[in-house]
Amino acid sequence: MFEILEKARIGPGVHRAVISALEIARAHRPGQFVILRCYDQGERIPLTIADKDSEKGTITLVWQEVGVTTYHFGTMEVGERLQDLCGPLGKPTHIENFGTVVGVGGGIGIAPLYPITKGMMAAGNHVISIIGARTEGLLFMTEEMRKVSHELLISTDDGSYGIHGFVTQVLKDLIDKGTKVDMVVAIGPVPMMKAVANLTRGYNLPTVVSLNPIMVDGTGMCGACRVEVGGKTMFGCVDGPEFDGHLVDFDLLTKRLAMYKGPELIALNRFRETERGCKCSIPGGGA
Amino acid sequence: MLDPRGWRMTEQQEPKKAPRPKIPRQKMPEQSAIERAHNFYEVALGYTNDLALLEASRCLRCKKPYCMKGCPVEIDIPDFIEMIKQGDLIGASWKIKEKNSLPRIAGRVCPQETQCEATCVLNKKGKGEPCAIGRLERFVADWAAQHAADELPELPKPTGHKVAVVGSGPAGLTLAGGLIKKGIAVTVMEALHELGGVLVYGIPEFRLPKAIVKAEIDELRRLGVEFKTNWVVGRVETVDDLLEKHDCVFIGTGAGAPLFLRIPGENLNGVYSANEYLTRSNLMRAYMFPEADTPIAKGRRVVVFGGGNVAMDSARTALRLGAEEVTIVYRRTMAELPARAEETHHAEEEGIKFKLLTAPLEILGNEAGWIVGIRCQEMELGEPDESGRRRPVPVEGKLFDIECDTAIVAIGNAANPLVPSTTKNLETNKWGNIVADLETGKTSRDRIWAGGDIVTGAATVILAMGAGRKAANSVMQTFGVS
Ligand SMILES: Cc1cc2nc3c(=O)[nH]c(=O)nc-3n(C[C@H](O)[C@H](O)[C@H](O)COP(=O)(O)OP(=O)(O)OC[C@H]3O[C@@H](n4cnc5c(N)ncnc54)[C@H](O)[C@@H]3O)c2cc1C
Ligand SMILES: Cc1cc2nc3c(=O)[nH]c(=O)nc-3n(C[C@H](O)[C@H](O)[C@H](O)COP(=O)(O)OP(=O)(O)OC[C@H]3O[C@@H](n4cnc5c(N)ncnc54)[C@H](O)[C@@H]3O)c2cc1C
Ligand code: SF4
Ligand code: SF4
Ligand code: FES
Repeated sequence: MFEILEKARIGPGVHRAVISALEIARAHRPGQFVILRCYDQGERIPLTIADKDSEKGTITLVWQEVGVTTYHFGTMEVGERLQDLCGPLGKPTHIENFGTVVGVGGGIGIAPLYPITKGMMAAGNHVISIIGARTEGLLFMTEEMRKVSHELLISTDDGSYGIHGFVTQVLKDLIDKGTKVDMVVAIGPVPMMKAVANLTRGYNLPTVVSLNPIMVDGTGMCGACRVEVGGKTMFGCVDGPEFDGHLVDFDLLTKRLAMYKGPELIALNRFRETERGCKCSIPGGGA
Repeated sequence: MLDPRGWRMTEQQEPKKAPRPKIPRQKMPEQSAIERAHNFYEVALGYTNDLALLEASRCLRCKKPYCMKGCPVEIDIPDFIEMIKQGDLIGASWKIKEKNSLPRIAGRVCPQETQCEATCVLNKKGKGEPCAIGRLERFVADWAAQHAADELPELPKPTGHKVAVVGSGPAGLTLAGGLIKKGIAVTVMEALHELGGVLVYGIPEFRLPKAIVKAEIDELRRLGVEFKTNWVVGRVETVDDLLEKHDCVFIGTGAGAPLFLRIPGENLNGVYSANEYLTRSNLMRAYMFPEADTPIAKGRRVVVFGGGNVAMDSARTALRLGAEEVTIVYRRTMAELPARAEETHHAEEEGIKFKLLTAPLEILGNEAGWIVGIRCQEMELGEPDESGRRRPVPVEGKLFDIECDTAIVAIGNAANPLVPSTTKNLETNKWGNIVADLETGKTSRDRIWAGGDIVTGAATVILAMGAGRKAANSVMQTFGVS
């Protein structure tokens, strides 16, 4: 169970793995995630199911190295097994034929956006995808995204590839051009999702965001994943992870994500010194 | 002489006519308060042989054993205690196991003072010196586990029936144990990566060592129960999916959804639900951080809201994680505190402070989003409410702040809606608990049984075990297995 069948580094500090998980692959719907542990003293972390093959019984995960567990997972090799893999969790994305759907993906958010745009396309929507990264070297999954989009727009903050600028600017231009947009799905770093929500609020455009609060169990038991939506406390893992972007308190989310900054650094430094960590790459370093 | 319930006591129970040497209730050896406040080892160490014999000798072996009426699963208490007196510990163990398949656990966590020991005749006139039934139960069960652990009962031929169990808490485990011993195949599905429910993620190591829960589960595994962890029913597959592959399903998903206070500031950093705090420490071993990867806020000044077992466990865990000051904030007085008496007593000994007749109004935070204190309201006890307890009411104008860097909300748990909401036509009540017959565990749906906290709301381990047992009997009856 949970054997790593394929693994590749698809960008600086970004990995992709195909994992054997028969039941999860069969039950998965776009928008859902898994919680995994790499080893028996490991932390439980959530990752979106970026793709699946229900025939073969596999799921694909794409993750960015940010702390001890994502680094550890990055050091694992084909043939190794995850200690635990639990899912699919969270509510699936609400998919129907809305008309024109714009998917906005920033950075690592491109991975969770992929299954949603794929689902939206299959449901008969006209799909426009806007993906962006700081610089060209940090872009990934562009070819996959092209296959699940009728139009694909790519931007980089430094102009090294595609349109020069933020994804929000690209979205604004698209709307101002008079493109009829019925629904926006935005996934990426919190500041990006906040900016998209602020933009589309002005146009009264329904906007779904996928939140990434800190989680423990992922089943509604602990409340670690509390977020505020429309002034109400919700649990990210069972009420979400997707919420109405116009109602989310992004500032609270940002603060809550910083809760374990100190301990996380201790854990990461310690990890680098242990046997588990010695294989691992230089943070943010080259491929 | 008449007992308040109107039963006439027998000759034998009349202490005057059966004079006995006055042996006091025997204390159980425990780690000293100073020592244990800084470690996670079990607080209570258990009776020695001699202590157990002495305590057993206090039992009057009543003809009308009131103690049994207080035990939700009606263990034959006088008989098992008699067997201790005769040195037949194996016999005593089997006697207990007739009614309770997890005695090492019940002996440790049952609220005996409101159950079997409350009704023991030695407790009459409120003298508070009942026979220490729980401690004796624990002694017998621990002894049996050490000396006869490998003895498995002989299993009958498989009946061909298959039962799916959702949730591996005491309710699900008890049912699984009951059925597998009758030749019925059982598969238990658990959402978390470890089995045992609240016994592993909630109740801390210093009160219930995880090795004990693990041993009980290993025994079920050796008997042939199949376990699937990381298996969230309602997401991986629904109860209706399970019914296609099994003859019936038992739902024992517990009361796992934490309640919050609904006051301003509740989502500040440093504010935990007891479930999260205890799960990080117990299940994820955050107390070992950074040897284990999961962090926990190691507060210096910690406030815990609530007065039940969950609050005591949270407070005592915070102390062991290194807090300098831990305060329990409770709306009523010490007399209404719902926690097990022993836990409250232990908490006080360890130096936990109690701020009684106090209700939180607001959680105060700083710019960075961290808790810095709580604003409180002084309360007094007014008229009794529906529960018969006097209702706390605010004392006008009496507000004050308590400084703290961590707060733990332990005011209760509600039913997790995942399974009820994904099972068609399964009747629930207004709190979201599954409606089931308390005697059989039968729900509104054919072939679906339920029991434990998901039916009763947050209750006790022994009631969950009792529910598992009754449901097992009902399932067997339906299958025509006896
Ligand atoms: C529903 C959901 C889907 C996600 N999908 C992806 C994905 O597909 N790819 C991806 O790269 N990342 C994804 N994330 C984020 C990912 O879970 C975190 O990057 C990861 O948990 C960090 O763990 P760590 O031990 O490596 O780092 P840590 O050192 O523990 O933390 C680094 C930072 O990551 C965040 N974080 C820490 N623990 C958690 C946690 N348990 N849950 C969420 N965030 C946490 C915090 O902001 C923290 O400051 C998702 C998060 C959620 C909630
Ligand atoms: C901190 C704490 C201390 C306590 N102390 C005491 C005490 O001292 N004495 C006492 O008598 N009682 C105590 N209790 C109460 C007691 O633990 C519970 O009443 C008892 O555990 C209920 O048992 P259960 O089998 O109904 O459910 P639980 O023990 O809650 O187990 C339910 C299990 O089902 C799993 N589950 C839930 N949903 C799903 C799903 N969809 N799919 C798969 N699995 C699922 C959960 O993960 C969990 O493992 C305490 C409770 C807590 C939280
Ligand atoms: S199971 Fe609980 S109530 Fe019953 S005898 Fe044992 S300790 Fe007492
Ligand atoms: S435990 Fe108490 S009530 Fe029960 S038989 Fe002994 S003395 Fe009587
Ligand atoms: S992660 Fe525990 S409730 Fe959401």
